[in-house]
Amino acid sequence: MARVVLKLGDDVSTDIIYPGRYMATVLPTETPQYAFADFPEFNARLKNGEIPAGSVVVAGKNFGCGSSREQAASTLKGHELVIVAKNFARIFLQNAINLGLKVVVCPEIEAEEGDELEILPDKIVNKTSGKEFRVEPLPAARQAIIDAGGLVPYTRQRLLEKAASRKKS
Amino acid sequence: MGMTMVEKILARATGQKSVRAGEVVEPKVSLAMSHENAALVINQFLEIYKDTGLQPKVWDPDKIAIILDHRVPAESSKTATNQKKIREFVAAQKIKKFHDIRGDEGGICHQILPENGYVLPGTVVVGTDSHTTSHGALGAFSFGIGATEMASVWALGRAVNVEVPRTIKVVARGRFPRYVLPKDFILYLIGKITAEGANFKVLEYHGPAIEKMPTSGRLTICNMSVEAGATSGIVPPDKETLRYLKEEAKVKGKIEVFGPDPDAEYDQVMEIDVSELEPMVACPHTVDNVKPVSQVGKVRVDQIVIGSCTNGRLDDLAVAARILKGKKIARGVRMLVFPASFRIYQQALKLGYIADLVKAGAVVMNPGCGCCLGVHQGALGDGEVALSTTNRNFKGRMGNPKADVYLCSPAVAAASALTGYITDPRKGGK
Repeated sequence: MARVVLKLGDDVSTDIIYPGRYMATVLPTETPQYAFADFPEFNARLKNGEIPAGSVVVAGKNFGCGSSREQAASTLKGHELVIVAKNFARIFLQNAINLGLKVVVCPEIEAEEGDELEILPDKIVNKTSGKEFRVEPLPAARQAIIDAGGLVPYTRQRLLEKAASRKKS
Repeated sequence: MGMTMVEKILARATGQKSVRAGEVVEPKVSLAMSHENAALVINQFLEIYKDTGLQPKVWDPDKIAIILDHRVPAESSKTATNQKKIREFVAAQKIKKFHDIRGDEGGICHQILPENGYVLPGTVVVGTDSHTTSHGALGAFSFGIGATEMASVWALGRAVNVEVPRTIKVVARGRFPRYVLPKDFILYLIGKITAEGANFKVLEYHGPAIEKMPTSGRLTICNMSVEAGATSGIVPPDKETLRYLKEEAKVKGKIEVFGPDPDAEYDQVMEIDVSELEPMVACPHTVDNVKPVSQVGKVRVDQIVIGSCTNGRLDDLAVAARILKGKKIARGVRMLVFPASFRIYQQALKLGYIADLVKAGAVVMNPGCGCCLGVHQGALGDGEVALSTTNRNFKGRMGNPKADVYLCSPAVAAASALTGYITDPRKGGK
């Protein structure tokens, strides 16, 4: 079970998730401090450890639109948030999967802050409202990366395979 | 059934006869571009090689381009240290397409790539910047990726797990009226498609209005295609593409060109008559909140920005200089100009545009992205309004979530600088 800790609308840009003025900070170990920095109260709760891992941010359409900055995914991953949105912008979705941030595409999601959600592979059950919403599968193209635990281990595996086949021949 | 432009490019880059939208492919990458976020790419690249016993070595140093443009010259010691790390990596890996902070060859990545002939038609280009869509202007399939994905490209030389996108064909007919520019066309289109309407799709541009458009305008429309959610914008290469590559980018040798098949399958076909367009303005805080300038009302402006990867080319500066020559920017308005590269800066100096702009009261900055994304120079105060030729007006853009950013063409920006409020250039200032 996971609680909704933040509810947002459509077209949440990466500037909202991770404001441009903090972009000089790049390392995934350092980006979590600036998550939603322009929502000072929410940012403070994150930084003070008041939001448990697995908590849910619910958003509308086109979450993560705009800049390709990977900080927008690493900053959320750092707090182990789960993002449930009606749909996602392409680059953000890829970055999220590459870094192992949990994202769920749920085109009809209805939930309010404080609601308790049960996230299953094919549906989300809003325990507070009693309603159920279907979940769309993530792009099949990305499954191998999800299975490997992210793009770094995936590429590492590919490199090692390449090196091994070179050795053989 | 034939193939779209991007299907054809991906078939070529994967050594297949044909590919279809929806298939998953691993195309060879012809050019991989990064800017300051190369610091993060380097970090992830070394992470990939960790504990493998393999020597971290990029797949092909000639196919990697790194351009310092986002925070130049460095605004903080943190940025300066990141830039230093990038220089060291570039030297160690023998990366030659590196553009440092220099007045002879520096500039914004989306101008440096085309003007140096790094982008060729029919190739696959990736960049760790969402506006990498720009390079579709030269007939490449060019799209933005994240830093970890770029690290993977540096290691493998391929973009892994790319889903072949569907394509929307946009046909532009008619002649552009006076002071209606490619920027107005793309803003109008984004308003129609919406910010997510082309998500996971490609916008392929056709028609007489595109054929007559110079490469500078094509770069503007492909640059902003991402604001409709598109994976890329693309213009099938033609005479103008070859002219630009040979005359301006000094590409030597034969350039291979091909277009989409006549019977290609499109997701949708949109027709636009550009002769019916007006100057357009994208109002806060989304790029698809687009209105004709006549319907914006009287909006007072504190800061005007002309330039960036969207509208910092010679044609853009020429329009602004023509409107401002011999006149004065209104009191209470600050105007900043960011040429897209130092090559353009030098051309504008030679043609007198820089002098015209400075005498009118504009401040001409060095080429860079800092102002547009709010990390360096030109930040807005609480409650202030900017009118800008850049590509995004999200809340918090230009460094202040309590400010408003409107987007427009260089003609609207220059005309508005004279009056101090958003002004239709066809009616002129004052």
